[in-house]
Amino acid sequence: MKHKTFFWFFLPTGLAMLVFIAAPIVSVVMQSMFLPIEAVLVETENCGPFGCKTETTIDQEATAKLREANPLGRFAGLEVYFDRGHLATSEVAEAWNTSESWGAFFAELRDLPFYRAIAFTLTYTFVCTPLLIALGFAIAVAVNSLHRHLKGLVIFFSLLPMIVTPLVGSLILFWMIDSRGILGNFISFLANDPDLSLKASTPLMWTSLIVYGIWSSAPFAFVVFYAGLQTVPQDTLESAQIDGATRWQQIRYVTIPHIMPLVTFVALIQLMDNFRVFEPIVGFNAEAHATSLSWIIFNDLGGETRQLGAAATTSVLTILGVAILLSPVLVRTWRDFRGRT
Amino acid sequence: MIKKLLLASVLALATSATAHAACDISSGRVSVVGNEFPAIQTVGKGAMACAGDGVEVKTNLTADHQKINLAGMQGNPAEYTSAIIANSSIVALMNEDVIRPLDDLVAKYGGSLKKNQLITINGKVMAVAFMANAQHLVYRADVLEKIGVEPPKTYEDMLAAAKMIREKGILQNPVGGAYKAGWNLAQEFNNMFLGYGGSHFKDGSAMPNVNSEAGVKALNMMKALSEYMNPDFLTHDSNATNAEYRAGNVALMNMWGSRAATMTDADGVPQEVIDGFKIAGPMTVGGGSTAASTLWWDGWTVAKNISDADAEATFKAMMNGIDPAMLKDAEVAKQAVWLIDGYEPTAAATGVFAAAQMNTIPYPMLPYMGLMHTALGAELADFMQGKESAEQALADVEAAYTAAAKENGYL
Repeated sequence: MKHKTFFWFFLPTGLAMLVFIAAPIVSVVMQSMFLPIEAVLVETENCGPFGCKTETTIDQEATAKLREANPLGRFAGLEVYFDRGHLATSEVAEAWNTSESWGAFFAELRDLPFYRAIAFTLTYTFVCTPLLIALGFAIAVAVNSLHRHLKGLVIFFSLLPMIVTPLVGSLILFWMIDSRGILGNFISFLANDPDLSLKASTPLMWTSLIVYGIWSSAPFAFVVFYAGLQTVPQDTLESAQIDGATRWQQIRYVTIPHIMPLVTFVALIQLMDNFRVFEPIVGFNAEAHATSLSWIIFNDLGGETRQLGAAATTSVLTILGVAILLSPVLVRTWRDFRGRT
Repeated sequence: MIKKLLLASVLALATSATAHAACDISSGRVSVVGNEFPAIQTVGKGAMACAGDGVEVKTNLTADHQKINLAGMQGNPAEYTSAIIANSSIVALMNEDVIRPLDDLVAKYGGSLKKNQLITINGKVMAVAFMANAQHLVYRADVLEKIGVEPPKTYEDMLAAAKMIREKGILQNPVGGAYKAGWNLAQEFNNMFLGYGGSHFKDGSAMPNVNSEAGVKALNMMKALSEYMNPDFLTHDSNATNAEYRAGNVALMNMWGSRAATMTDADGVPQEVIDGFKIAGPMTVGGGSTAASTLWWDGWTVAKNISDADAEATFKAMMNGIDPAMLKDAEVAKQAVWLIDGYEPTAAATGVFAAAQMNTIPYPMLPYMGLMHTALGAELADFMQGKESAEQALADVEAAYTAAAKENGYL
């Protein structure tokens, strides 16, 4: 394509990306570096149904003047990035110096919101992603070998978890695993422990969240792999059969190598998605056991007092996290590109 | 007979005509955001009744109101012309300066308001309160009768009664409580902490003061109570706890007055739960005389970033929402402890009235209290699960609060 043609071809997309992707990122980075100006506090007499009381409030006029002088707020640079709510550098350093074993150090880390969230997020990402790829592939192979009359129906039911809104899907599972729900009761019957509750135990809650994650994302992997299976060269398969390859050997040596690029694609998308895990934590009311970076952002914005600076900082850290997670693949793509030119 | 009927219908017509005239709005836009419990639904309906030619009235009543009200009032013109708030959530609106003083509107159109309905801050009316609220005891009289004890007046008595109920095999987890990690758990801590005589901040400053003897005692009492709760207690908010009560699984519970009145009104509640349902005042703890609870008011505000005409329309519509005439409906009268003129306390109000008489402390209206509440909600769950000591949990709360308060310019 000529450079000029390419330019006009790409212009609309480029503009949309600038407005909807680049500009918000710039805005979030700005918000993470500027904090609200220091409040001017005054003692005032406040009255209501329960009588009068002298209380501290914000002096609106004085604060408005300060705000006018600094419309962006007070410049904090990277201060928020390193405070206790985020990377907590001084707390981590102290934990490092005072703890005597690795176990004690990690226990101290788990007490800090950012590292607690990262611990769950990474576990979730790296357990869910391979398992959902395996499950999606298994479903695809199974559906592919069905009689053609059955295929449509089975495909529809296999896609259901992806069709259901994530929040609704997680709520349904949440009620089922309630200690009075059908799955919760069944599990406590199996374990022969009437007090067993999935929602009261951190390991079981993590397991439930991961099971939900696999359940809701496996259909995506299934759809992609099923499409890939339609393109597997029949000649190669046939010759493998003539050579006496078992069914497993055909899959292992013909099908899997053929759809490997799709596996990379699904892995990339799912790594990104799972790193931003959010809906199941809200749906399962799991915040006592598991938090994620996205949940921290939600919590900072949803309190009685909105913490925009803190939320913006966590957002930037999430972007950096995704970038680090994807860097091996990005580096490889770059090398391929360099190699080609 | 016919004359009487005619007279009655003429009277009815006249009252409906005055009800309509009470709105007296010619044009304007009214958009209300607020919480979703029954009393607020009633107020919203009253405001909606003013909709008509050239008058647009919308309500958005949701449990997530405080996540959206500030953002919805910061634009110019603001999306929401009125937010229904409580003494905790007005602070966020005051901090960002998005609500307007109401003195002139009160003088013109607020004739039916009582003085104690006016929330004045530094001499300016910033909100109009319409109901009072508090958390207090609700219990199953039939269950307590079976074990032969009086309704508990202290949390220590509550624990003792819970122990007896479990030992007699009546209920496995007789205590209920909205202990969901986050806002609810923090609120239960606030109650208990104030009951033990604690105060959240060092005198007159924004410095945290929860890592104290009162804080540790409060947490230990909450832990002791949780032993008698459904093991899923950290996921139970007010709605889930009420469901447990309605199902007959709970006999003793600290619950909001605004939800107590309609507690047994749902479908399928067993008869013994309906018959045994009783309301009492809040409990004290640790031999203290202050109730382990907080007093609340709910009221409405008018946005700053709207035209004066819309503000006037909003004020009038909201005045219609809290029209004293609505208290004639017995169903409405029992929904809340109304602060509206002409309210006669119903049986459902005993809990909140007892709270007011016991000099319960109102929820602190401080600019940085919201940050403290968020920090408590996030950091106390570890202690409740037995993962760390009370001292460690409270130290974490103070550290989390301090970081947030520094970010927001209070420290």
